Amino acid sequence: MSASPAALRDPRAARRRDRRKRADRIGDRLLYGVCLAAALLAAAVIVAIGYQVIHGAGPAISKFGLGFLVDTNWQPNFGEFGAGSLLFGTAVSSFMALLLGAPIAIAIGLYLSLLAPAGVRGVVAPLVELLAAIPSVILGFWGILVLAPFVHEKIEPWLHDTLGFIPLFGPPQTTGSSIFTAGLILTIMVIPIVASISRDLFLAVPRDVQDGAGALGATRWEVVRGVVLPSTASGVVAASLLGLGRALGEAIAVTQVIGAGSSIKASLFETGDTLAARIANQFPGALTELHKASLFYLGAILLVIGLLSNLFAQWIGRRFGYAGKVAR
Amino acid sequence: MSVVAFDPTAPLTPSGNLRRRQIFSRLAESGATLAAVVAVAVLGIVIYSVAVHGASALSLDFLTKGAPIGIGPAILGTALIVLVATAIAMPIGVLVALYLSEFAGRRATTQIRLTLDLLNGLPSIIIGLFIFKMLVDHRQQSGFAAAVALAIIELPMIARGSQEVLLLVPGSMREAADALGVSRWRTVLKVILPSALGGIVTATVLAIARAAGETAPLILVCSVFDARHFSGNIGEAIPNIPVMIFELSEEANPEGFARAWGAGLVLVAFILVTSLGARAMHARSKRKMSS
Repeated sequence: MSASPAALRDPRAARRRDRRKRADRIGDRLLYGVCLAAALLAAAVIVAIGYQVIHGAGPAISKFGLGFLVDTNWQPNFGEFGAGSLLFGTAVSSFMALLLGAPIAIAIGLYLSLLAPAGVRGVVAPLVELLAAIPSVILGFWGILVLAPFVHEKIEPWLHDTLGFIPLFGPPQTTGSSIFTAGLILTIMVIPIVASISRDLFLAVPRDVQDGAGALGATRWEVVRGVVLPSTASGVVAASLLGLGRALGEAIAVTQVIGAGSSIKASLFETGDTLAARIANQFPGALTELHKASLFYLGAILLVIGLLSNLFAQWIGRRFGYAGKVAR
Repeated sequence: MSVVAFDPTAPLTPSGNLRRRQIFSRLAESGATLAAVVAVAVLGIVIYSVAVHGASALSLDFLTKGAPIGIGPAILGTALIVLVATAIAMPIGVLVALYLSEFAGRRATTQIRLTLDLLNGLPSIIIGLFIFKMLVDHRQQSGFAAAVALAIIELPMIARGSQEVLLLVPGSMREAADALGVSRWRTVLKVILPSALGGIVTATVLAIARAAGETAPLILVCSVFDARHFSGNIGEAIPNIPVMIFELSEEANPEGFARAWGAGLVLVAFILVTSLGARAMHARSKRKMSS
């Protein structure tokens, strides 16, 4: 900007400067206002979601109360609804996914951060993340046609024969649709999330601490066991919780392979159902208001569980100083 | 410890406890490698199944014609829904990111980031319930409702992704603009946004890849459609690929399965190309930013 004395005295230039100043003031205000509005909108959305879902569940909440949570009856034709068996199915399938998925994912994280040569890492890391990009509807469709038959013919009989004395591994049913198959699909969904977060955590462990342990004669496993894992434990737990949150809320793939059963059975090879899957499965065909409201009630339960697990993960991350890493 | 006599002929390989420790470490290493191999193998098997089964369904008619023959309307419908969703989510997402990086104090930043993370972690079926209650209940299903649902899913991804690149814009550029007396909004529009554009586009493309395959909300708000032709009217339910695959997968009809595989291949191909492309771009722009 040229500000020669002549230009400063020129009244037209002064007017231009004033106009520009005013424009700048308005522009600054406007930009700030619009940005603030957008941020508030994002916050309002989450509040509105909570309000609408609970509001939609209103009739069911006033009719069934908290007994809904333990009632295992779900008979739309008789107007009887309860989330008991669905909570059971959700818990079992999600914990199975976490139990299988978290160790594999942590091992992948270790491989990618400590073992893999740079070239391999550059290829494998994006591939693992691509696993998360596959839409759940396709994973579920693959689950029906490829995974479920394989599980039904090979894995279930084998598990029943070798570990059949544990009630979990009861006799295989007529099809491969089961809580077990759903758990496997959820495992596939949990792995990339936990793996990529834990890889970032492991990469952040200072190199010299690891080298120090190595210099003291620790083997590679001992470095991991004694240095890497203890210093990242809270982050790994938070990552697993985020994975659990994903598994709890998955609707489509689960509804495709779980078989929509309505009872609580000990065997993993029986059909079952989860909160989210029941909503996806029955909502389009729900005729009575009470049926819809009950499905909203399931949604409200899911919302509370999901928010709690997520908040807990954030809290652990923040409490132990890995907030930046865990919050993706 | 007893004194061990020096034996010059002893082999130089570890023995006893050390040997056991090294073997254990080797086993752990192979375990970790195996885990990575398993994950990549699962990805390979899924993509291979989709490609092999889908390829036989693929033809020009399949991609362009309506329901009994092809999935043309569903492709257009998904494209339209995702386009509208992105048109809603991208400006809002970028503005939220700007608020976080340019205006917000520490406390506001933590709170809004937490909100975005919670929104991101929300099961998508819940967003479907929400949109059903807001836009569909007592009215009719619509492509617009689907687009709003997908916009809510895209918003946190775009906002967080953009915020990360905005933070990478060097502070010296802001200071230089301030020193020249440039006002805040001009700095943002002319300096900060252009230099972060690559990252913002990457985040948006990743969000599009995620939204294109999202099924749960669409089942509630945009599932009763006529798959024979594409009307382009966003006020009514329009055909889309995810719901089509879901519905075909629920009927035990081999012909339907073949079409679902074909549609799946189209969807997976789109998603793989976009997310790989976005990742490549991300890597490039990151290198440019940090150098």
